[in-house]
Amino acid sequence: MSDKQHAAVIPIVPVQAGDDSSAQLVSLYQSEKKIYARAVSGWFARWRWTLVWATQLLFYGLPWLRWNQRPAVLFDLAARRFYIFDLVLYPQDFIYLTALLIVSAYSLFLFTAVAGRLWCGYACPQTVYTEIFMWVEHRIEGDRAARMKLDASPWGSNKLLRKGGKQAAWLAIGLWTGITFVGYFTPIRALLGEAAAVVNPAMGTGPGAWEWFWALFYGFATYGNAGFLREQVCKYMCPYARFQSAMFDKDTMVIAYDPQRGEPRGSRPKSMGHAALAGAGKGDCIDCTLCVQVCPTGIDIRKGLQYECIGCAACIDVCDSVMDKMNYPRGLIRYDTQHGIQRGWNRAQMLRRVARPRVLIYTGVLLAIVLAFAASLAVRKPFRVDVVRDRGALAREVEEGHIENVYRLQVMNSTEREQHFRISVEGLSGAHLASRDEVEVDATASRWVPVTVQLDRQAARALGPGAHPFSFRIEGSRSRKPDDHTKQDQAAQFAASVVIEKSTFVVPR
Amino acid sequence: MSDFFNSGWSIFVAVATLVSLAACLALLLFAARRKVMAADNSTGHVWDVDLREMNNPLPRWWMGLFVITIVFALVYLVLYPGLGSATGSLGWSSQGAYDAEQSKANAAVAPLYAKFAGLGSEALAKDRQAMAIGERLFINNCATCHGSDARGSKGFPNLTDADWLYGGSFEKVKETITNGRQGMMPPMAAAVGTAEDVRNVANYVLSLSGSAHNAIAAQLGAAKFAACAACHGADGKGNQALGAPNLTDKIWLHGWGEEVITAMVNNGKTNVMPAQAGRLSPEQIHVLAAYVLSLSQGAVAAATK
Repeated sequence: MSDKQHAAVIPIVPVQAGDDSSAQLVSLYQSEKKIYARAVSGWFARWRWTLVWATQLLFYGLPWLRWNQRPAVLFDLAARRFYIFDLVLYPQDFIYLTALLIVSAYSLFLFTAVAGRLWCGYACPQTVYTEIFMWVEHRIEGDRAARMKLDASPWGSNKLLRKGGKQAAWLAIGLWTGITFVGYFTPIRALLGEAAAVVNPAMGTGPGAWEWFWALFYGFATYGNAGFLREQVCKYMCPYARFQSAMFDKDTMVIAYDPQRGEPRGSRPKSMGHAALAGAGKGDCIDCTLCVQVCPTGIDIRKGLQYECIGCAACIDVCDSVMDKMNYPRGLIRYDTQHGIQRGWNRAQMLRRVARPRVLIYTGVLLAIVLAFAASLAVRKPFRVDVVRDRGALAREVEEGHIENVYRLQVMNSTEREQHFRISVEGLSGAHLASRDEVEVDATASRWVPVTVQLDRQAARALGPGAHPFSFRIEGSRSRKPDDHTKQDQAAQFAASVVIEKSTFVVPR
Repeated sequence: MSDFFNSGWSIFVAVATLVSLAACLALLLFAARRKVMAADNSTGHVWDVDLREMNNPLPRWWMGLFVITIVFALVYLVLYPGLGSATGSLGWSSQGAYDAEQSKANAAVAPLYAKFAGLGSEALAKDRQAMAIGERLFINNCATCHGSDARGSKGFPNLTDADWLYGGSFEKVKETITNGRQGMMPPMAAAVGTAEDVRNVANYVLSLSGSAHNAIAAQLGAAKFAACAACHGADGKGNQALGAPNLTDKIWLHGWGEEVITAMVNNGKTNVMPAQAGRLSPEQIHVLAAYVLSLSQGAVAAATK
């Protein structure tokens, strides 16, 4: 062992237990202080409200939209069909969900690498519902100071009325959110009809047990998360909050306080102009603590980047408003990168670093996946076929020594009209279908079609015993009744969509 | 739980469960507080020179979640089976849950089957919905033996021809599905005679269907066929009341040829179709039987031409 290696070993040294008199018994669980976030307005708050409206119009509105005489988006779990506008998806199409999740994940990586927790700050349901619930709270109980005063005051009719009103409004929003959520799985008009039966039993039997459970559970989760848990969800429950640091680097834009410009902070007479600050030995920060008061997670952004920061930019909005009042330039707290702050880069220098390899790679991968996803949806066949061999008997010999194999084709019609199919075999000379070669499948239905394939004796002899690969060719027709058309028309119709499925033919010993 | 051969085990499991729950609670309370060095808010643990473990408290409601899991466990153990062999106050069992789901599902499809109840097999064969249901029932319950195309294989009858062992009427097919069938051919060698006699009878049987055979042996076997005639009839056309197959057609359920027939006479055969009454409701069997009959309609039409 060389000296160098020896030096690399870290010796284990028992640490002195310290002065026992300074040791103290504490609880490892602490009750959290309630955060009274001050209302804020400004450029970024407007962005957040825009996204609140956009996401919630989509969420609450989509179940009401009709399409092809049914809800435009319906996940029918009992029938295992998932309708999204013109798409009819089967459980076999779950790969699309995987693709959607991969696209979401890469979008998250990309956005986080460029500008930190944009998702958390503007579009995450936790943020969006907290924003809505805080708006209600602000309307009924007033802003930060009024709320703190109300909480400190003894219970009286005013407090009871305000608190009760807030809870009632929260519960109503929560319940409506729960009902809307279930509306994606049970058509929402039918669901409300069933819900009406709760009040008036003459109208029906009421919602099913699972509908009750999910409407109340989802409603309660919304109420609890947006009304009470709020920042606790982001700090202790959300996994993304904890692994985001893996996607940050020193060129990631984060919400940053510029200490070089702000320090030393402190109060100053309003008469002191911006130009006079340097001479007086003062920074731009007037230590008004508004950035702390507006923070929904209760941190002080001036301490630097912290994992609790959800990137909502409320402190930027409020600080800009203070800078305006003081006639100082805006941007004491701003979207900036760690490199930008340290090296005093201007905006253009900082933005130039956006086009770094990490971001370019994320963008490239994301684009590739989105294109592949879109292409796969575009060339999607209007039906699917699965081939299952009969296992009871692998092969059988019939009249004149022909060999027969039996298969089941599961033909899944993924359109909302009846389809006709023509089945044939290819890739095995001498083989032909010995059963019906045309079959019709109802709209959105799947059907097991027993199919017998026969191989004549000479061909079977020539092939010899064993399993021989071949393919089923299934041609779908868009026309309702192929008989209505001429032969040529029909051929063209059948050629419209073709699925080839591989299988094997067994010749017995 | 009847798996225990001694009630002591049940008590052991119950006590172990409760002690574990109490221990979880005790551990939670015990570990919730600890000594912290007041000066630096650390636990006094240091690794790798400068890595210190700080006291970074979890929110108190988080501890509440732990307590809720223990309360949940106790409530669950009171309501549901879990504490040794106790059945729980709700009396829940997996068998009961299965039965409840089955009866609910049956009630849900009852109106669907109700409209088929009064219809005969011909009417059902023309009803597309009934045939689609029959097809699915067949694929799920019958195709394992009879094949997806219902043409059977060795030992499993072909259902698409006009040949029926027990009769091809709607009622007979329903009876076959409901109660199953047990086809039994006894070993007949002793009744027929010597090994030579058996061989002759086998050739006679082959001659009945016009198959290739030894004419002399067949002539000699004709007299010995009397032993077979009790079931298969003097003319060999079988007896559907007994399930004795017709020997004059070219349908050979258990194989063809002198050797196979000789073995059959010597050893006999028991072939079973299991009863479906426990798996399918009478309404389902009604539709299924109509579907099975529809499979052989082409064959029947050809036979009557």
